[in-house]
Amino acid sequence: MISCKESTRLMSEDHERALTLRERLALRIHTMMCLGCTNYGKQMVFLRKAARRYREGKHGDR
Amino acid sequence: MKRQDPAPTTFLWDDPSIIAIRRDMLRFAQMQLRDAAIAEDMVQEALIAAMTNTSGFAGRAAFKTWMFAILRNKIVDHIRRSAREIPGSDFVDASDPDAADFDTLFDQRGFWNPDERPATWSDPDAALSQKQFWAVFDICLNNLPERVARVYMMRELLELDTAEICRQLGISNNNCWVILHRARTGLRECLENRWFKGEALA
Repeated sequence: MISCKESTRLMSEDHERALTLRERLALRIHTMMCLGCTNYGKQMVFLRKAARRYREGKHGDR
Repeated sequence: MKRQDPAPTTFLWDDPSIIAIRRDMLRFAQMQLRDAAIAEDMVQEALIAAMTNTSGFAGRAAFKTWMFAILRNKIVDHIRRSAREIPGSDFVDASDPDAADFDTLFDQRGFWNPDERPATWSDPDAALSQKQFWAVFDICLNNLPERVARVYMMRELLELDTAEICRQLGISNNNCWVILHRARTGLRECLENRWFKGEALA
């Protein structure tokens, strides 16, 4: 089983390159059993969304 | 702000909405460039480009998004021009003091230390429409080690791909991924501590 450090690294790299099948399976199994990493994954999706708002200037609509 | 076809269009520079957009553009450029004078130049260039290319302007609702797209292009151009002057070896120090910080998140086997385990954020999307959240977001970006923040912003805010960032900074792909992983993890942690904790933690 991969560690949380490894799992978060894969979740980050998922935005940069295509993960291998083996990596995707390892990640899926890990997150099924790890609430911390499940939360991390959701937060990465949120960060992406926030970054998109930011770069479009929508964060300035304060 | 008025739109007239064909160009030249007349933006009214004292229109409050333009003043606000200009202010936000300047703040964005300063975050990316960390140089007030160059940031000012980039915003001026973007405004001039906007005035001379109004055909790209799809409508008032999209105006700010369009202005920001032009500004991002100007900043990217600047980075591409000036990257060659920055020796890559200065960028990544072999002895990395930040790595130790990152490692405290995990135990020896690489599992979350209990205090550092990501919590459940309830309704994070609601934060996106709150002014204070974005102030915290800026603080958290600034809290990242400078080069980590720089790579993250090039990737996520300027939308350069990893390969180009690596080339510009003279670092390996793998190094780039490590830095991005650290940036995302640091940002996540900071937002949790400074915003979501107490606010909305389950």
